[in-house]
Amino acid sequence: MAGVSDSQLKKMTQEERVKALGMATEQLSGRSLFIEFNADEEDRFTYPWAPEVDFNKRIEINADNMASTALNEKMRELMTEGYGSIVIKNPRGKHSLGVGILNRLNLIFEGSLGYFAVGLIDGPNVRIKGRVGWSCAENMMSGTVVIEKNAGSTFGAALRGGDLVCGGSVGSRTGIDMKGGTIIVGGDAGALTGFMMQRGRVIICGNAGKNLGDSMYDGTIYVGGEIRSLGVDAVPGEFTDLEHSWLSRKLRQFELLPEKGVDHFTKIIAGKQLWNYDNLEPTEKKLIL
Amino acid sequence: MAGTRYKGSELKDVDQFLEDSAGLESDREHEIGQHIGYRYDVNLLPDYDRLTPFLNEYMEVMGWDDLNWLEDVHMGYEDGHAAVFDRNINGWVRVPDTIELPENEQDRHMIARELLIKFQMSDRNPLTVLRKAYGKF
Repeated sequence: MAGVSDSQLKKMTQEERVKALGMATEQLSGRSLFIEFNADEEDRFTYPWAPEVDFNKRIEINADNMASTALNEKMRELMTEGYGSIVIKNPRGKHSLGVGILNRLNLIFEGSLGYFAVGLIDGPNVRIKGRVGWSCAENMMSGTVVIEKNAGSTFGAALRGGDLVCGGSVGSRTGIDMKGGTIIVGGDAGALTGFMMQRGRVIICGNAGKNLGDSMYDGTIYVGGEIRSLGVDAVPGEFTDLEHSWLSRKLRQFELLPEKGVDHFTKIIAGKQLWNYDNLEPTEKKLIL
Repeated sequence: MAGTRYKGSELKDVDQFLEDSAGLESDREHEIGQHIGYRYDVNLLPDYDRLTPFLNEYMEVMGWDDLNWLEDVHMGYEDGHAAVFDRNINGWVRVPDTIELPENEQDRHMIARELLIKFQMSDRNPLTVLRKAYGKF
């Protein structure tokens, strides 16, 4: 890797880059990488490749006649020019807008979005002044996403981190397979919310539909209203003082704290009867078969 | 048998996996030779009274009112050493022995968050090299 400049790398093909960076010759050994922190690491808050942006540098784009791809490319271009606040007017329900943003940014959509809005993001603060379709913020890594109206199904599917907030109600399978982060729903949530969730938190201020937390492995669901039914292996849990203050803080932050506070919330956790960390199982199966 | 009740043992002490790296307790763990489940409480929420100045500054730079994704970052343990899981490289990054670990669990998690940010944002992170080799944008 040493001795190869970024400008030299840019001129190479992908295959040449891989060889120049020593990745083709790397020998993998052991069960995991062995890396140790460097205690004297430089204090940085953004990725080395992330463009420097200024939240006070603001621009508005009219998306009326732009395709999703062109609009996403335009946003990336604006970030390299240092724009830290981008307002998209007339998004008109287009799909896959604002995906793959790996940078700090204030992004505002003045209207509704279609499917897969702001998926795969890592860092931005997004506000959507409208509704969203299926799979909003799928695989989100970090940042905040606030939707002012309702959201479709699989809201926050496979969420990894960050805060995903819907001021209205959400469809079914919200937080399916989530592995971290917090989903907050101001209204009601559909059936199978928290289905197969492995980690993270779902907060529902209204009612929850059928089979809440079905097959959840871990994580926590807080419900302010009524629960239609619990899913397989989802069981009530007990609040701690820390959770109580965290929940109040989080809801206040997004202006969703009910007037009566959070004392009436129910906590749902995994019963852990579905846990399967049994590495003898394949051997046992062979013996039986 | 899969899907039954091999939940493993409960976590008891903040130093449990530093003093006993294998951490085998239940009959089933002894039988299979490995600890079942996480080596820390994955559902433990951060205590915001224990934020460090570095983390406060990070939140300010990112424009967040809380720890955001770092709420899911905790100090873990690997082979008897404190370590933090870096989701970007899908591996554990060890905490050097020169760093003294505080007794308080929440303070340990704050250190883990600080170290992870510094590592993820550095040129040493393997993701930086991967991005150079394969990044499309």
